Amino acid sequence: MTQIHVKKQFIPWLLLAPSLIYLIVFMGLPIIGTAQLAFESDEGWLGNFKMIISTKDFQNAVLNTLLLAAICIPIQLALSIFLAILVNKKFKGYQTLLYIIASPLALSDITAALISYSIFAPNGYLNRILLSINWIERPIYFFGYMFKSREMLVIIITEIWRATPLVFVMILAGLQSINKEYLEAAEVFGFNSWQRLWKITLPLLKPAILSALLIRTLFAFQLFGVVWLLAGRDITVLTGETYYWYVFMNNKNVASAYALIIAVLTFVVGWFYIRTIRSRYEEEGA
Amino acid sequence: MKIIYPLLFILIACFFLGPMFLAFVASITPASEFYDYSHIFPSRLTLEHINKLLFTLGGFRALIVSIEVALISIGISFALGIPAGYAIARYTFRGKDGVKLAMLFTRSLPLIVVAVSLVTVYMRLNLTDTALGVALAHAAMILPFVVIFTSSIFSSTFIEYEEAGMVFGLTRFGAFLRISLPLALPGLAASAIYGFIMSWNETFAASILSIQNRTLPAHILATAMASPDYFKYAMATVMAIPALIFIFIIRKYLISIWGISLK
Repeated sequence: MTQIHVKKQFIPWLLLAPSLIYLIVFMGLPIIGTAQLAFESDEGWLGNFKMIISTKDFQNAVLNTLLLAAICIPIQLALSIFLAILVNKKFKGYQTLLYIIASPLALSDITAALISYSIFAPNGYLNRILLSINWIERPIYFFGYMFKSREMLVIIITEIWRATPLVFVMILAGLQSINKEYLEAAEVFGFNSWQRLWKITLPLLKPAILSALLIRTLFAFQLFGVVWLLAGRDITVLTGETYYWYVFMNNKNVASAYALIIAVLTFVVGWFYIRTIRSRYEEEGA
Repeated sequence: MKIIYPLLFILIACFFLGPMFLAFVASITPASEFYDYSHIFPSRLTLEHINKLLFTLGGFRALIVSIEVALISIGISFALGIPAGYAIARYTFRGKDGVKLAMLFTRSLPLIVVAVSLVTVYMRLNLTDTALGVALAHAAMILPFVVIFTSSIFSSTFIEYEEAGMVFGLTRFGAFLRISLPLALPGLAASAIYGFIMSWNETFAASILSIQNRTLPAHILATAMASPDYFKYAMATVMAIPALIFIFIIRKYLISIWGISLK
């Protein structure tokens, strides 16, 4: 009897082992390697971090990363909730609309950046249209060191366009798991559609919204291609600095210090993410 | 009230598809018409930029490397991930929730945090600047997704079928191979395609881990800023079209792929 029990316990771990070992070798150990490189410096073990923190680029990178997250995420969320509720109305053609909204999910960050450039470039479509209807006399410049706030605006628009589909899909999944009977009951009790939205749908959507928020915050630290291609280092972000220090300054220690900062931020947000998911497991289990 | 839905439909469709369409048109606009502001859309179309990007500027080679990397990384992550997904779906054992949460967590770790330190390991193993090296890193990115997604696929295929098969004399492995695997095939295919898109789109690690043998996004990241505008749009088109086709094929699975993190 115990023999069988031991064997039964053994099989799933045997099946899991290759994956777990692979992730330890290619994720776990390299993170330790990143930490080793980050603490390796001629000026003591904190040397790289002291150097980084004293630079304006680092302060800007943190500020820009936070600013982009603080502006983009609420807009993405509001837009996604609106779109998800709309699609969930199941009007004629809603399925097609669902796929249309989801399509930017397939695009990488650099592709999104280049697509956005075709619109905002000096000879891009926006300028062409504005020139042809005589709203402006000369093209508006959105890119370049002189126009940082415009670059920021374009990055924000691009990010909203690129990442809203992901939030949308997550919210829609949450919306579809809501029991219709709650809404029907509310209707019986005379709730109008606005009250149903605020009193029933949104509270029940809270877990999905929370997951989407945390996932988006996690991805905010990974923001790279859009910023790098559209603004270069005019607008610094943490990932861009990692890339810059490794590729252009040939300094893997400082690059690793930046990577480690991203890792720590990911761990912190990831911990909250896992905690909200786990608490839901327990709620459902109870 | 009825009219509002078609109107919203058109507005939303324009917002999400419009930019892609415009960039695509820009990529087939003749170079001579780029600085001619008199009309918005080109008077004739050309494949010249896409051709040049692919066959003169090394795009095609990068595209082949990209495909190679994606296929190897899907192979690795599936060979390792399917047994793990099956274990999570079919067995109850201590530490299962821990494993699931660990997978969800690793899935949210970006390759950015390991790329630089992988270079130092790869130098010792002679893996720098090889498709295999990039693929090994990409497999680490795809694997947690494959484990989570395949476990949900296997839990939705009926265990009763497998048990019936075992009653008729199949071994557990035989039952898996002949019953669960075929039933799970469409879902597995969808996750392979999604894995392909993940690898196809990954820029950062691919750029750090390769110098000459660059994948397409790494090649674009290194050359886009110095290229004339029409090549930038050609790059967008070449990157976007395969990904869009693939996501269209797996459109029915999108909700379950991303809804999964809610379970």
